[in-house]
Amino acid sequence: MSKRIDVTDLNVYYGDFLAVEGVTMAIEPRQVTALIGPSGCGKSTFLRTLNRMHEVIPGARVSGKALMDGVDLYGAGVDPVAVRRQVGMVFQRPNPFPTMSIADNVLAGVKLNNRRISKSDAASVVEQSLRGANLWNEVKDRLDRPGSSLSGGQQQRLCIARAIAVQPEVLLMDEPCSALDPISTLAIEDLINELKEQFTIVIVTHNMQQAARVSDRTAFFNIAGTGKPGKLIEIDDTGTIFSTPSVPATEDYISGRSG
Amino acid sequence: MSLATATPPVPTRPRSLGRGVQTSRRRLPRWAPWSILGSAILLSLAVLTLADATSVPSVLALAAVVYAGGITVTALVVEGPRWAKDRLATTVVIGAFLVALIPLVSLLWIVVARGLRLFSWDFLTTDMVGVFGSMTTGGVQHAIVGTLLITAAAAVISVPIGLLTAIYLVEYGRGPLARAITFLVDVMTGIPSIVAGLFAFALFTLFFGPAYRAGIMGAVALSLLMTPVVIRSVEEMLRLVPNELREASLALGVPKWLTILKVVLRTAVAGIVTGIMLAVARVIGETAPLLIAVGMMTKTNTNLFEGRMATLPVFAYNEYSKGGVGIDRAWAAALTLIVIVMLLNLIARFVSSKFAPKAAR
Repeated sequence: MSKRIDVTDLNVYYGDFLAVEGVTMAIEPRQVTALIGPSGCGKSTFLRTLNRMHEVIPGARVSGKALMDGVDLYGAGVDPVAVRRQVGMVFQRPNPFPTMSIADNVLAGVKLNNRRISKSDAASVVEQSLRGANLWNEVKDRLDRPGSSLSGGQQQRLCIARAIAVQPEVLLMDEPCSALDPISTLAIEDLINELKEQFTIVIVTHNMQQAARVSDRTAFFNIAGTGKPGKLIEIDDTGTIFSTPSVPATEDYISGRSG
Repeated sequence: MSLATATPPVPTRPRSLGRGVQTSRRRLPRWAPWSILGSAILLSLAVLTLADATSVPSVLALAAVVYAGGITVTALVVEGPRWAKDRLATTVVIGAFLVALIPLVSLLWIVVARGLRLFSWDFLTTDMVGVFGSMTTGGVQHAIVGTLLITAAAAVISVPIGLLTAIYLVEYGRGPLARAITFLVDVMTGIPSIVAGLFAFALFTLFFGPAYRAGIMGAVALSLLMTPVVIRSVEEMLRLVPNELREASLALGVPKWLTILKVVLRTAVAGIVTGIMLAVARVIGETAPLLIAVGMMTKTNTNLFEGRMATLPVFAYNEYSKGGVGIDRAWAAALTLIVIVMLLNLIARFVSSKFAPKAAR
């Protein structure tokens, strides 16, 4: 249940504006790939192109290729909805559906798609997903309470449970811990370590230590200046990036001298 | 400077943070505003009695001015300029609130007081068949049926159009078409109701000839007035739905139309119901277009597509112009209308609270 993504020469445009230029990278299966870089350098934009969520923004488009196990995500016959079912996403701010209970939030991928599911199947999906997101023990007694009754960290884990309940191949995380306190962050990081047994994970983070802690490979993005496109500077094993990066800009950023 | 320094027990004097910023100061006791208010009323009463111009409005108006001046000056002397400004602002805000309440309360009071003279179960359950001259029998059953039917038909026409237009504007509309629609909706909001009535009349005359009268004509006229209100309020509500929820749904591989149906509309449903009810309340009391298009009738007509129908506003207008006991009937009909609107509002509130997102914080 995990696939690799090969991105070749990917450009992202917002209207006429080139936001991200010439990204070529391989995202390995069952590994955590961290995207780091200063604000506005296109990490999140690039991340969104991996499940075609950029198309939600009017005027956004891409050129280039992103092959998931050989299938072009942007191919003519490929339905963005199908892509998103295989590539799940967790957002910066926890966003459980306010009208749904905790259990319904986990089942959202099923229920919103009008798919029928038997009660016992639903219960097992809920339990498995919540266990997978390390949330089961905290919420098992109040599954029919609204999702918004949980704390921020729990809500974010609920969102992760919701994302893995549809059994995607790849999980994208856009700064999943930036709105959380250190303890909730730790819980999410532990969770990421467990999830990578099953999923390919791409995570955007502003936190160097987090990138160093959770990721196997790290990609550094940078931007030359306002109005210029963001670029992938380098991608390598996390250990290499944090000890002996090949580009000086990476070292400057990691050591806090820029960005 | 250590934060752990113990604060002195019971500050006997104003403590200073330097440069005249004081952390505590003498305050007026709680009864002070009330006693100033009482003195203000007594003073105004005395002055106006001397001037021989005593009346409830004049005493209250003068008392309000005297109180505002009195409390501000007292506060200035005792509490200092910042509290004086606060007291003045509080007085002005509460005063404005009371002034705004006057028309509402007096309107309700008059309608209830005068409406109750004829208002009874009989009044609600009889029609005007065989009621002549100064007979005090007769009622509004036919008008209630007509009003409910015509308003319901207007809602059936405008709610789907309004809902779908609002969804288009919020979720899909880009560029010149959306701008044009928004502009036209704004223009439509300003259509005088008599114009809507004439339009419906002319439209049906084209197809069915000048003698044709039916409830549906009134419903069309009302829907013309109702649609822009529905569009506007639903649009507001849909824009309030956080984008994060749309993205969360889309990222789960839910198609856009299902996202709109099951996330956006579901999240906004409480506000949408309220908006629709406000639009209904807006048109249920319309008189002019119904007078032109639907006319009047003495007995109940439940066929929207054939014949004149009675409606409450037109009934009130008709009876009022007859004079005599008709005036009492007009007030009772007005009361009936208000009660109907209130019931609809209560239903809307109930539905809203049932579907509102449960934010248990």
